[in-house]
Amino acid sequence: MGVRKAITGAEAAAEAMRQINPDVVVAYPITPQTPIVEQFAKYVADGIVDTEMVPVESEHSAMSATVGAEAAGARAMSATSSQGLALMWEIVAATPGLRLPIVMPLVNRTISAPLNIHCDHSDVMGVTTVGWIQIFSENAQEVYENLLLAIRVAEDTRVQLPAMVNQDGFITSHAVEPVEIFDDAAVRTFVGVRPLDRGLLDLQHVRTIGAMVLPDYLLEVKRAQEEAMMHVFEVYAEAGKELSAITGHQYPFFETYRTEDADAVIVVLNSAAGTAKVAVDAMRALGKKVGLLKPILFRPFPYAEVRDALKDVPVVGVLDRSMDFGAYAPVYTEIRNVLFELDRRPTTQSYIYGLGGRDIMATEIESVFEELLSGKLDPEHQRYIGLRG
Amino acid sequence: MPTLQEIALKTDGADARIVSGHRMCSGCGIGPLIKTVLAASDKPVIVLNATGCLEVTTSVYPFTAWNTPWMHLTFENAAAVAAGVESAYRSLKRRGKIDSEVNILAVGGDGGTYDIGFQALSGALERKHKFMYLVYDNEGYMNTGNQRSGATPFGASTTTVPAGKVSNGKPQWRKNLVEIVAAHRIPYVGQAAVHNTLDLYKKAQKGFNADGPAVLAVLQPCTTNWSFDPALTMQYSKLAVETNFWPLYEIENGVVHVNTKPSNRKPIEEFLKGQTRFRHLFKPGNEHVIVEMQKMIDDEWARLLKLEESGIQF
Repeated sequence: MGVRKAITGAEAAAEAMRQINPDVVVAYPITPQTPIVEQFAKYVADGIVDTEMVPVESEHSAMSATVGAEAAGARAMSATSSQGLALMWEIVAATPGLRLPIVMPLVNRTISAPLNIHCDHSDVMGVTTVGWIQIFSENAQEVYENLLLAIRVAEDTRVQLPAMVNQDGFITSHAVEPVEIFDDAAVRTFVGVRPLDRGLLDLQHVRTIGAMVLPDYLLEVKRAQEEAMMHVFEVYAEAGKELSAITGHQYPFFETYRTEDADAVIVVLNSAAGTAKVAVDAMRALGKKVGLLKPILFRPFPYAEVRDALKDVPVVGVLDRSMDFGAYAPVYTEIRNVLFELDRRPTTQSYIYGLGGRDIMATEIESVFEELLSGKLDPEHQRYIGLRG
Repeated sequence: MPTLQEIALKTDGADARIVSGHRMCSGCGIGPLIKTVLAASDKPVIVLNATGCLEVTTSVYPFTAWNTPWMHLTFENAAAVAAGVESAYRSLKRRGKIDSEVNILAVGGDGGTYDIGFQALSGALERKHKFMYLVYDNEGYMNTGNQRSGATPFGASTTTVPAGKVSNGKPQWRKNLVEIVAAHRIPYVGQAAVHNTLDLYKKAQKGFNADGPAVLAVLQPCTTNWSFDPALTMQYSKLAVETNFWPLYEIENGVVHVNTKPSNRKPIEEFLKGQTRFRHLFKPGNEHVIVEMQKMIDDEWARLLKLEESGIQF
């Protein structure tokens, strides 16, 4: 049993970082990530953690120094949002190829332009192809636990890949919720200590890191990276089981909510899944058989498992909080890919919602369910929730 | 201070930190330059290398010329990567996970330092990480074939600012990196040149031993893109100093000291001659460009001597 605290999603991330007590934290402030680094800086200032904290001059340097520290053999963390992720993109993309298991909270915020500080997923969806493990969190509790889990998954010798733990900007990062914080000692045993592991400071094993790899070997490096990514499933399941022993919670690749016997299912990431559960309950109370599938592990994507969960559902609606202009939206694309192998495929419908922090109401999700059940669908054209006429 | 012979034994002996077999151009000065700097450390050295000539010629997988911990990340962030390594070093030491002593060296060319890596360098110096930043300055993007940088001198023809019918090459003087980094109030900044091994070694030693960040700027004539006989690299480096084009000086705890004062400075033509990038300056009608360059060099030199004489601290 843990202690329940009334904290925000950002503070939940900082709580996880307090317990992890990384060797090095490097960050640059950006709304709405700022309260994570502010809270963590206070832990440093008060001696609650003894992390070396480096407040740098840009996100590009933040990720560069995080990579330097991690390559040296330390456990290093950063945190960012939106424009910050965009500025550090070059180094974010380089990190998996160097096989450095950096764990970073990402507080999802829309990418400019137009300038807007509020939530959508256009920041993370711009980096899903570069090789980070991507984990999504519905609420502050999940943010906290997913960060602990991510450390173990990323650093496992079968994986050695970086991981981002996503939460919705403001909606999760700034909303106060009850969060159960588990015993420091138990959590510290769970996350363990990162071994020096032939880092730059391991002078017994002198290494060249980040060599130039030409056409004769690059494909092999990338193939090895993909194999490591495929190991995430087993490691995630194993580490999740261990974490369950502390928390009593389960760590599935995705969550299904009342999908058994459902005539229509909505797929949605992060905080909107919480709203969707309210809508599902309201619909079920009216005798309408609807459910929810909330992806948690988004990279690697558990295609076979999601397929199995959706195979008997007649209609699937996918709600995306970002767009892929001129193409199907990112989550919708994955669900379409999931279903392709089925002989009898569900009908699908793509919806765009919540861009730039626009609220999504339970009643709007109920309307989506009504539309899905009505059969008036157009799988090849996305629809927009709450679009002004 | 060791003799040249003793330095040579350190750079090429069994414990050499960078070994032969790299792919630098014939006549390139980066080899002797980096060997000399690495030999000046009495502790193991961790090298963080920006993208550039040194990096691409020493790390082509599955080979490496590095016999010391070495890492390359990208172009503009060697100082930030060094800051991360240094922070990890302090943290792991404090936590008792390591007990060894190391020196940390970030290395970049002038493009990765004066231009794209400048912000990361300034940030790392301001935060006072204990590391040395070495820039080997070949006055342009030489790894990719002679494009203009903030270090390219006035009048030089580059592929991005070529000399032409209405152009005499780069119209601006280069920025003064040494004074800019000294303005960060760091304990040591040195300007050296590849031909003067003893001076370079001494400055590298001071940089490694400084109580805080240090910067070492070293002129590295590029045989390939300044386009001169590969046998003449050291000769051009020497001429750069003898013409006052590249003075040897240092700023130690803010105090300027000029290490070499040519008794009879040679005219700048001596340095320009034989370099393809300055060939257009010797065409009839372009004499005024050389006159202007000579005036800039003399003014800069006079200013440097005044700085030294004044004793004013940076």
